[in-house]
Amino acid sequence: MLHTIATILWKDLKIELRSREALTASFIFCALVLVIFNFTLELGTEEARRLGAGFLWIAFAFGGVLSLNRSFALEKEEGCAKSLMLAPVDRGAIYAGKMLANSIFMLITQALVLPLFAVFFNVPVASKVPMLALIFLLGSLGFSSVGTLFSAMAASTRMRELMLPLLLFPVSIPVLIGSVEATAWALGAGPGGDVSFWFKLLVVYDVVFITVSFLVFEYAMEE
Amino acid sequence: MKGRDYLLPLLVLFAVLAALYMIGFYSPIEREQGVVQKIFYIHVAIAWNAFLAFFVVFAFSFRYLTSREQRWDNRAHAAAEVGVLFCTLVLITGPIWARPVWGVWWTWDARLTLTLVLWLIYVGYLMLRHYVVGTEKRAVFSAVLGIVGFIDVPLVYFAIRWWRTQHPQPVVAGGEDAGLDPRMAATLWVSVAALTLLFLYLYRLRARAFDLQDEADEIERRLEDVAVSSKGVR
Repeated sequence: MLHTIATILWKDLKIELRSREALTASFIFCALVLVIFNFTLELGTEEARRLGAGFLWIAFAFGGVLSLNRSFALEKEEGCAKSLMLAPVDRGAIYAGKMLANSIFMLITQALVLPLFAVFFNVPVASKVPMLALIFLLGSLGFSSVGTLFSAMAASTRMRELMLPLLLFPVSIPVLIGSVEATAWALGAGPGGDVSFWFKLLVVYDVVFITVSFLVFEYAMEE
Repeated sequence: MKGRDYLLPLLVLFAVLAALYMIGFYSPIEREQGVVQKIFYIHVAIAWNAFLAFFVVFAFSFRYLTSREQRWDNRAHAAAEVGVLFCTLVLITGPIWARPVWGVWWTWDARLTLTLVLWLIYVGYLMLRHYVVGTEKRAVFSAVLGIVGFIDVPLVYFAIRWWRTQHPQPVVAGGEDAGLDPRMAATLWVSVAALTLLFLYLYRLRARAFDLQDEADEIERRLEDVAVSSKGVR
């Protein structure tokens, strides 16, 4: 089981290391979102600090959808999905491998976007990196948990690229609220109050949806 | 079966008329909100049924995945359609009530926001059904979404509730169940019963229609097979 997960994960990482397509696309897209925010909202430093968590997560969510869409579209294009189905391994292991790969892609994008955000909007983040890393990890796992499941389904519908965000965003609302609130708190901008709730929410969401997706993933791979 | 087909619509007709009469003439006019408060009987009754519908989607989705019988998918589909219809009506009747009473069409109140998110999830469900090719694949994918979407509901609710308490909002006055007049309570119950019956009726009609459609498709397929094989013989 663990070996299968590692193999799938390594396969996806290797493809990405060679092509760098998903990461480039999602990073450039995130950068564009930040630039568009700057033009449409004309932010001062004070406002950017207050609203920054929201910008980051809007960028991450849209960038995340881009790379999630690729996750299974790629398998379909090369006919790899059929081979994966034929492989005598637990479908849950395929899910776990791909989900981890998607989470890692999201984390790498976030690591690249964060310094850009700090420079563009003049928000100091250096001292907050460990806390932000934890929040980004919990948020990315949550987003990729359902995201990987829905990506597998969306890849075999008509209008694949369009279907994923329409299905994923409403279901991901708890992750987005939790991540934005925790990030705002970490950047020193939240409304205050008990932040531990948001961490609990993220952990519960991650555990619930990784488990549920793991169990139902075999249906999402059906042809 | 034939006789019972008339029973439910008659019951629905009677119950809806009774509810409308009670809303219009029996229940007293609320002192502060005035006549507009009467939409509350319909609004609450529809809202309860929308939630019921999404639970039905969840239950039949689960049933479909364990049994793989098309009729359970048809039932989940029927419940989702009526659920989205009712959810839309909740989102329309809510603002009609909110505007004169709260002074705003919309507020990001926990229940309102949850209803909106539910609407988005189940509109997505219907769209997914539309864009999947192949009956069995459509049924399986919809079932997965029907299960995941419903499990999400409590998490969405708690997230929004907590989010609300953290962010100051315009104060919205009046919990609606603060000291309900007995005549109001009776009207509400009749109204809830009437709309639950209406929900059941609409749901059954749709489920029936999907079953019949499947049967018709099956017959058509068989006819084609016969046509093809007789051509082969000649």
